[in-house]
Amino acid sequence: MINVRTPGIYSTVQDSGRKGYRKIGVPVSGAMDAFAANLANQLLQNHEDAAVIEVTFGGCILEFLCDTFLCITGADFSPKLNEVPIKLNSVQKVMKGMVLSFGKRNYGVRTYIGVSGGIQTERFLNSRSFYKGITPHFTLKRGMILPIGSLEKQLHQSLAVVKVKQPHFSSEKISCFKGPEFGLLSHEQILLLQDTVFTISSDNSRMGYQLNETIPNTFDSMLTSGVLPGTVQLTPSGKLIVLMRDCQVTGGYPRVLQLSENAINILAQKTTGDRLRFLVQ
Amino acid sequence: MLKKPTYTLFGERTILIAWEALISEAIIKDITQFEQLVQSEKSEVIEDSVIGYNSLLLIYKKAPDAAEIASLKTLYKRRTTSVDVENFLWKIPVCYDIKFGVDLEELAKGLQLTPEEVIQKHSNAIYHVYFIGFLPGFLYLGGLEKGLHFPRKATPRLAVSKGAVAIGGSQTGIYPQQSAGGWNIIGSTPISLFDISKEAPCFAKSGDKIQFVPIGLSEYASIMAQKGAYEVTKTLLHD
Repeated sequence: MINVRTPGIYSTVQDSGRKGYRKIGVPVSGAMDAFAANLANQLLQNHEDAAVIEVTFGGCILEFLCDTFLCITGADFSPKLNEVPIKLNSVQKVMKGMVLSFGKRNYGVRTYIGVSGGIQTERFLNSRSFYKGITPHFTLKRGMILPIGSLEKQLHQSLAVVKVKQPHFSSEKISCFKGPEFGLLSHEQILLLQDTVFTISSDNSRMGYQLNETIPNTFDSMLTSGVLPGTVQLTPSGKLIVLMRDCQVTGGYPRVLQLSENAINILAQKTTGDRLRFLVQ
Repeated sequence: MLKKPTYTLFGERTILIAWEALISEAIIKDITQFEQLVQSEKSEVIEDSVIGYNSLLLIYKKAPDAAEIASLKTLYKRRTTSVDVENFLWKIPVCYDIKFGVDLEELAKGLQLTPEEVIQKHSNAIYHVYFIGFLPGFLYLGGLEKGLHFPRKATPRLAVSKGAVAIGGSQTGIYPQQSAGGWNIIGSTPISLFDISKEAPCFAKSGDKIQFVPIGLSEYASIMAQKGAYEVTKTLLHD
């Protein structure tokens, strides 16, 4: 079990998401950077659906109440076990009583904490991903006790570290496909969409990122239709919203672009003021 | 005759099927029937689906191959003969008392009706459930009579209570959980539109119908006291 000493700014439990419930209006959720969450599970030899802790902007302090192995992936917030720095993307042995904390942010926005067998909080609609209205809590709280999987496999603490390519954190290129309403865009609008260096506004969350720069919008409204994580909507004010993992299942704004799965993961590691360019395929 | 839907790839793993851009009960029935058929025939490859007024998203577990759209078109031709979807009429109790219906008087005044007339019109109609979106258990309903169409509030409330029954533009709906919202609140239902503890958290589905049944404060309190054990009245619909 893990005792949450300090939850940090925004920390949640996430797995691969809630599949099959969009018809009753339930968002998919799941780790924002699914690549990083998968990597932690792979290194720990966990099931791919095992739950991890997603920590946004660090600040989180966890005490382990049993022995386990852990693996930190995603953003680098200078993780430490009992004040001793540990490497990212590697398996670390943890003894009962040890404390995991974070320090300075070096790159990225979201870090993932995987443990042997995964976080075992209760499943709701076949998923442990926190979401308001579905799970009893939607962020970690001080004093919360998180059950974890039992230590079945003895892993070797590896000195080797898996290298994650830096463009995952530094690239401004966001690869995407044409969205269903792309065809309604004028030539000028398409050029703006492709050539503008957009910046992420302070209005960004697990639901979606609003961008600061605008594209003049002359579209008529459309009938509400399905949207996906990674859908880029053009709002009446000309602002673009990139929907992220907790996005609602339907929307009424034109869907001009659709991010690739990999691009969603790259965007998940960006925050307010960071730059991006859409690379339309 | 409905126009044939169109099929396009939407991102890596999703096929968007679009019908004519109309809000129509015939179209939503066609979508619902096709969705049921696809789910029964392709459940191994499909992860999820989303119904809209004139659209259906099919989200695949893996990127579908080039022949998938042709396979869906063939399946579409079989829909009407092979699928029988059971749809229900649900009677949802609503207390329109001023205690809950905080915008009822202002809305009635704006529509040049009495609050009683608003309640009567709102609860007389039978609404069609098009699909569920916005929030878990939020029903997109068709059938609000023109005389009750009323603009959304200029400034949305930060917190509309769970169960609030409201009118926004040409739509009416129920807030399944507390959320921000700009619609005019005319009442409240004591039942849960989304109950995570139940096997089917949302009782209604696309293609069902609902009717609002006015109740008083004491009945509201008595249903609330049953804490989710209250059964919503339902009737099977026949074509």
